[in-house]
Amino acid sequence: MTTTTARSFDVGASTDVPERGRLVVAIDAGARTVTVGVFRFRGRLFAYENVCAHQGGPACQGRIVSRVRERLDAEQGSLGTVFDEDTMHIVCPWHGFEYDVTTGRHPGRPDYALRPVAVAEEGGRVRVTL
Amino acid sequence: MSIDEGVRRLPTQEITTHTDSREILANAAADTERYGLDDYFIVDVDSHHVELDSWPEILQYLDNPVLRDTANQMMRNWPNAGRLALHNHSPGLTMQDVSGRIPHQAALAEETPGSEGGAHRDVTLVRRAMEAMSIDLQVVFPQPMLETGLHPQPQVATALLQAYNRWFTAEVLPREPRIKTMLGLPFEDPEACLATVEEFADHPGVIGFLVTSQRHAGVHRNAYMPLYRMLEERGLPIGFHAGPNQADSMTSTMNRFLSAHSMSFVTCNMTHMTNWVINGIPERFPGLKTIWIESGLAWVPFMMQRLDHEYFMRQSDAPLLTKPPSHYIREMYYTSQPMEWTDDALLESTLCAIDAQNSLMYSSDWPHWDFDVPGKIAAIPFLDDHAKRNILGETARKVFGL
Repeated sequence: MTTTTARSFDVGASTDVPERGRLVVAIDAGARTVTVGVFRFRGRLFAYENVCAHQGGPACQGRIVSRVRERLDAEQGSLGTVFDEDTMHIVCPWHGFEYDVTTGRHPGRPDYALRPVAVAEEGGRVRVTL
Repeated sequence: MSIDEGVRRLPTQEITTHTDSREILANAAADTERYGLDDYFIVDVDSHHVELDSWPEILQYLDNPVLRDTANQMMRNWPNAGRLALHNHSPGLTMQDVSGRIPHQAALAEETPGSEGGAHRDVTLVRRAMEAMSIDLQVVFPQPMLETGLHPQPQVATALLQAYNRWFTAEVLPREPRIKTMLGLPFEDPEACLATVEEFADHPGVIGFLVTSQRHAGVHRNAYMPLYRMLEERGLPIGFHAGPNQADSMTSTMNRFLSAHSMSFVTCNMTHMTNWVINGIPERFPGLKTIWIESGLAWVPFMMQRLDHEYFMRQSDAPLLTKPPSHYIREMYYTSQPMEWTDDALLESTLCAIDAQNSLMYSSDWPHWDFDVPGKIAAIPFLDDHAKRNILGETARKVFGL
């Protein structure tokens, strides 16, 4: 039986991950290299492995965009689409699968989810744990 | 403080239209390792290059000097016609990339150092995709030319197809023997179809012929029988390649690209398959190998059930048939992409219904927005290794004589 020990890595300065921005790094973690995307939304950091739940695409390297919603009037008629600025989506550039950055889950089918990675911020540095 | 040893910031933080194909597809390498794909013979039966990038070159292959002059005058005088002259490219197709969310659909605008542009650049891009996805042979088709069946002037569509076929066989195929193609037939003109097969059937790399499915021709018309006979005698498959249309009687009601794409890529091949089977084309030409391309797979069990159901009540409407329609449908071939895998049980049932291990051929459709990597086939949990090898390449080897 093989056991692995979690290890923490300094991946960059806090300023490398601006609000609604990202930092994508490759980390040599023992026998394998793991690519991780670190994102910031409303000051908080979130990190995921750069592998889409769909076909394995580089989800963390896609467009960052707010969720699109459709507004309805009182009679349920459409008023068109708007960006929901209270959300931040990351979009896999292979096929467009979108993930809410705060949950890592697809907004319409939550079992499609990115693999979360532990991330912490201390003394102006960003650390992820694998 | 600095980043730890063994941590590297990726040079490409965001993938755009300018990112190298090999970098876009880098994660496919993980599938190659996980599934041992280097050990498989992989044939991609449907991929695309962007012929409009080479459009001025292609138009010089137009036979008719009057039409060639028209094309050249359009390119010279109309500000935006440099890569569209004579074409019926639909502007709605610019919705395909989901507003920049899927950049490779819009353009592969990456650097190709040392390439001369045009066909040379196309071949470079194809090689990059093959390398990234561990593909051994790739069948390459054009993109906007798939819409020529809807051209308002059929004689122009015929001339454009002839020019494209001559350009592709002269400029692309000789540069890379791993590139294959099924050349488009000028289907509005049955005589020109025969001439196309005569001219190109023996050209290296031409492994079949193609009907672009967005068109309003009944494939059962008597005028096409000599074509089917010719292809059957030569052992060359005929493919029906689906395409988009947001302007037909039903899709014109649709306000979203998703809706029109979901429907129109399937209904065109549903229509042709219905005419093909109910009029007994497989009975008339039992040796003609028929391939349905880029409609996905979920529609096929529907067609089997629907046509069988009606045939049992209306046998006199399909007098050439000696078996239920589903039997003929099961004996035809299908490309895999876009394989609708949203429910394991439904996919397993679909693959069983179409006898996938003998009828299904992997296709990527790269670089389109809904492409499939080979790992998608390798990952199917209810197929054995023999079936996966057939789907990824061995069935194509047999169908095309590769």
